[in-house]
Amino acid sequence: MDTLTRVPTQQQAAREPRHVALSGWGRTAPSVSEVDPVTTDARIAERVRDAGPRGVLARGLGRSYGDAAQNGGGVVLDMTRRRAVLSVDPTTGVVEAEAGVSIDQLIRELLPHGWFVPVTPGTRQVTVGGAIASDVHGKNHHTHGSFGHHVEALTLLTADGSVRRLGPDDPLFWATVGGMGLTGVILRAAIKMTRVETSTVLVDTWRCPDLDSVLAEMADDDRYDYSVAWIDSLARGASLGRSVLTRGRFATVDELPAGRRDQPLAFSSRTLVTAPPIVPGGLLNRWSVAAFNEVWYRKAPKRRQGEPQSVGTFFHPLDGVAEWNRIYGPRGLLQYQVLVPLDASDIIREVAETFSSNGLSSFLSVLKKMGPGNPGHLSFPRPGWTLALDVPAGDPAVGRLLDRLDESVIAAGGRSYFAKDARMRPETAHAMYPRLAEWNGVRGDVDPDGVFMSDLARRLQL
Amino acid sequence: MKDANNLPQRVVLVGGTSAIALATVHRWLDRRADLEVVLAARPSPARAAAADALRHAGARVTEADLDLAGADTAREQLGAVFAGGDDIDVVLVAAGVLGDQEAAWQDVDVALLLGQVNYTGAVLAGVLAAQRLRGQGHGALVLLSSVAGERVRRSNFAYGASKAGADAFYLGLAEAVRDYGVQVMVVRPGFVRTPMTHGLSEAPLAQDPSQVAAAIIDGLAAHQRIVWSPAAMRWVMSALRHVPYPVFRRLPI
Repeated sequence: MDTLTRVPTQQQAAREPRHVALSGWGRTAPSVSEVDPVTTDARIAERVRDAGPRGVLARGLGRSYGDAAQNGGGVVLDMTRRRAVLSVDPTTGVVEAEAGVSIDQLIRELLPHGWFVPVTPGTRQVTVGGAIASDVHGKNHHTHGSFGHHVEALTLLTADGSVRRLGPDDPLFWATVGGMGLTGVILRAAIKMTRVETSTVLVDTWRCPDLDSVLAEMADDDRYDYSVAWIDSLARGASLGRSVLTRGRFATVDELPAGRRDQPLAFSSRTLVTAPPIVPGGLLNRWSVAAFNEVWYRKAPKRRQGEPQSVGTFFHPLDGVAEWNRIYGPRGLLQYQVLVPLDASDIIREVAETFSSNGLSSFLSVLKKMGPGNPGHLSFPRPGWTLALDVPAGDPAVGRLLDRLDESVIAAGGRSYFAKDARMRPETAHAMYPRLAEWNGVRGDVDPDGVFMSDLARRLQL
Repeated sequence: MKDANNLPQRVVLVGGTSAIALATVHRWLDRRADLEVVLAARPSPARAAAADALRHAGARVTEADLDLAGADTAREQLGAVFAGGDDIDVVLVAAGVLGDQEAAWQDVDVALLLGQVNYTGAVLAGVLAAQRLRGQGHGALVLLSSVAGERVRRSNFAYGASKAGADAFYLGLAEAVRDYGVQVMVVRPGFVRTPMTHGLSEAPLAQDPSQVAAAIIDGLAAHQRIVWSPAAMRWVMSALRHVPYPVFRRLPI
């Protein structure tokens, strides 16, 4: 059990390739691969050209929940040693970064100079390569789109070992944005950062007593750069979908409280605590989570405007607890994230009802209204509502419920997110991503032998 | 590739007509009617019927010929079963013969057949399956052993001895392959009401194949090395193992 689920931390990672059991953030379905902590482009090209029958895959910080960044029996290139910020254009904010640079590093190095990442997911611990491969989105999707919108160019090493510089006019660029690492190894990328005057976000908070009210409140999301709702997945009946909606924008220096004006761009990425390495299963059950959710909901103000919050508090609340995924115990967790068109909010209700009526204990479930998508063939975001819920993995009854919800989501023209998935069926994935065949055409042109492979791709027959 | 809820996508049954193995697959199909099953067994009406029932439950079934009575043929047949195709998530080694236990210590042919199928066949399947799963970097290999191997007794020692050998081989194999992502699990059921035991008088703690199937699926999820079914068998056998032989000999088992 231990060796199968142990994921190497950066400190433990050896310099030599070795066989390691890898899993995703959900700590489910691990597989063993040869992990090579590559440093040079030449070494990566060599590993790709000499890939064995099980192929090769790049991996960043392993924050995808399921099996997207593992390649059982094959080679996994650990990209996290390639973490140089190569250049910064101080006038345009375009940064050239190696794929292993994390969002955390970009914020630490550039926020003091007034540049913030254009898009950040709920954790800073993702790499630039992973952010592109999953085309991650954040609280500003409705106004700024996903990560891929802000990539001006990327350097991709393809199956023949050659290196190409791709821009948004190239179909391979959009096959790579959201392409789950299956088109090649992203080596470097140029990312356009966002200008900010301060590192403080002014946050408006609304407590919404039910699902309809939070959906209605989000109608004027466009007034804010950032918006997301935390939803109590265990609330039932009239309280179904009760939420805490937080929306905000970066403050200007003038808007800062007097004490913060000296250092308007201060930033700390410390973690407060680390979850213990061994946690018994069953700690998160419907009672403990219901109690947590009750407190979370009650502690939120009914209506509060302009509260100054730090980047960490507003964007990455869970980064304060290192390795929080451990609290789900040995069977791990899975995250169910679906997106449905704006006119299909009844599916969001169905998902919320299914979770609450079955007592599925998801804490920190989030609901967001998404903006326009991009040309990425497999890019997840589309205009609509997205709901993400965490549940303990390993319960077959949960599997059945989610399979049934998938059918409703498909019927509504919705989809699930590959970066979160650990349980979809191949048919489900193909129905949710109608451009899969088109994507496979682009992929097949540069990787006819299927050198780039992952457990996710095998499981979903991508 | 199995999913986060431990549902396999492709399983291979070595001994594809085993009631316990089939009950296990049906249990998976109850959870999600989407599974590829390879039934490796001698061609027979029983195999065809098992395949039909699985298809009816939503599985995609391939039938493969396998006769463990001859090692050379079996080696070739098993080689074909483990070659190619999508990743195998679980291999259930369930082939076994009980036979006439009185003939099994007096008739050389009967005695050899027991050893051939229950021990040599299991070893063959174990080696070839482990090789395949190791190459994938994931997968589970399950041996249907028996409590009869825990301490052999007068009434079925030929069967018990062959199971004891296979059981020991798989426990060692588990250690050899664990760093390659392969999970090996030995299942020791007590008396199970199956076609194999039809006509025998039931032992205490007798159970249906579905109970063993549930224990197998739970054991896989919990990464068990050894699964007893029913669970109480562990303590029963632990006690029996230490009963002095003059007493053990007189027990009505």
